[in-house]
Amino acid sequence: MTQLLLFNITNGLIIGAFYVLMALGLSLILNLSNVINFAHGGFLVIGGYIAYTITPYVGFWGGLLIAPPLTAVIGFIVERVLIRPLYGRDPLYSLLLTFGLAFIIEDGTRFFWGAQGKPVTVPAFLATPLSYNFFFITGYRLFMVTVVVIAVALLFIFLRYTRLGVRIRAGTLDLETVAALGINVRMLRSLNFAAGIFLAGLSGVLAAGQLGLEPTMGTGLLMPSFIAIIVGGVGSLTGTLLGGLLIGVASGLTAVFFPAASEAIMYVLMAVVLLIRPRGLLGEEGMMT
Amino acid sequence: MSGEQSRKLIVLAAIWLALVFAPYWMAPLGGYTALATRVLVLGLAAMSVNFLLGFTGVLSFGHAAYFGLGAYGTGLALKFLTTSTPLSLVLGMLLGGIAGGLLGALIVRRRGVYFAMVTIAFGQVFYYIAFQWSSLTGGDDGLRGFSRQPLNFGFFQIDILSNTNYFYYFVLFCFALAVGAMGIILRSPFGHAMIAIRENERRARFLGIPVERHIWIAFTLSCFFIGFAGALYALVNNFADPKGLHYSQSGDFVMMAVMGGMRTFWGPLLGAAVFVVLQDYLSSVTINWMSFVGLLFVLVVLFFPRGLLGFIRRKSAA
Repeated sequence: MTQLLLFNITNGLIIGAFYVLMALGLSLILNLSNVINFAHGGFLVIGGYIAYTITPYVGFWGGLLIAPPLTAVIGFIVERVLIRPLYGRDPLYSLLLTFGLAFIIEDGTRFFWGAQGKPVTVPAFLATPLSYNFFFITGYRLFMVTVVVIAVALLFIFLRYTRLGVRIRAGTLDLETVAALGINVRMLRSLNFAAGIFLAGLSGVLAAGQLGLEPTMGTGLLMPSFIAIIVGGVGSLTGTLLGGLLIGVASGLTAVFFPAASEAIMYVLMAVVLLIRPRGLLGEEGMMT
Repeated sequence: MSGEQSRKLIVLAAIWLALVFAPYWMAPLGGYTALATRVLVLGLAAMSVNFLLGFTGVLSFGHAAYFGLGAYGTGLALKFLTTSTPLSLVLGMLLGGIAGGLLGALIVRRRGVYFAMVTIAFGQVFYYIAFQWSSLTGGDDGLRGFSRQPLNFGFFQIDILSNTNYFYYFVLFCFALAVGAMGIILRSPFGHAMIAIRENERRARFLGIPVERHIWIAFTLSCFFIGFAGALYALVNNFADPKGLHYSQSGDFVMMAVMGGMRTFWGPLLGAAVFVVLQDYLSSVTINWMSFVGLLFVLVVLFFPRGLLGFIRRKSAA
């Protein structure tokens, strides 16, 4: 029993780490640009497929290093061309646009790479279990979590200590003042969007190694990321981090006792949080509510 | 009667005439009656979404859930409870509307994108329920094993099951009831308060309009309307599909409303007509129809944000 519990908690944490990576990217974009990026799952898929395509030439490590920045560049261009014209308008429009974009990306990957799932091989030393008793902790899972932790830490350091990061945080609070101080807000939003997409691309590469690749894989990860943001509180990245881990572990634990409800528990959790604390766990009153 | 008023009456008469004679003029144009029925039902759904989106200014992106609940409610009622088609419709509508009212109470304090996100996430709950509870709902395969029953008036029957034209007129009758109710609500003092909230929420609040309660009522009403549309949709297909509960279906509804013209009463119906016909055509000519639908989304948002009717209205005003 203990082992089963431990197995599912670990599972939950690993899944939660994914949600966190996705949700942090979504959250970054949402906070600064007020855009719900429905295509975020699509960018995850793009990241994964780019890694799959270049792995034969540059190896797994090369793919891990190159694919996320390439995805970010695509995100940068998409923001420039499609999303920037919509900033002055009702958020409805950016929502619909990214929604359509998600369709195009899903169909496009199916067109280019085929509807069949693609296996992605990870280096052999990562694929073996670490110990017999804890067979579920393969090296790759540990590696994934490490990468997520490093990425999240770097993101927070970036936002806390670099000039660009400080500007992004300031822009989340009051974009008009930031603009009045002479900062190029358009560029800021583009870079911020690209940073969010970078995280999506990174999750894509990591997910590819664990789950294999499918054109529809992004859609399944999108909803939990939404819930992570809502539970954690819109406007707070720390909240998003907490929310992602929380729903990951909650659904992992529910899988032990009542497998059919492992997905539903996230929604229950969200309903409870909204009832008790409508702004989310760490959300600040008045932020985008 | 002023010119403005008589022009409105003429347009209204034209719309209803076109709807009443749809089975006769559609066939020569290459359409078929069942397509017209689908346009009506999805048009009603888009109008219900627009009731909230266009007239209260609240963006719900999870309305498919209540549409789907209406469909499942009607399907289950016909399968297990009753052989009366109208009764099953009412039950489906109640299921969608009541679920919407309950969840609505939880989320009306949110605004803007946050509201949209919460409605999406809650909408997905019902998708998972329908997907997981396969013993009742048929899971991924959808709910089968029921069909619409002939209308029984005691001394005579109308066979809406096998005669597609009769069924079209039955749906048109239901559509007229719902749309009539919608029009009356929008003309009532409550409807004006809704528009006041859309135009300036803060001001509406200062004027003493209980904004949260009004938004909740508008949300619930629109859930009843879309639940009714979903109930009709179950009759159209004799089938309830879990995809009808999914948020991508909500996206389609919002798209129909935007494409037709959000700020207009009839726009969503036009949007639904264009959307349904286009999808029907695209899926018959290419397997990549998803890309084209996505492209349509992008193009409408970038170049046609006011929708077809908004565009026409602006042109005639200029």
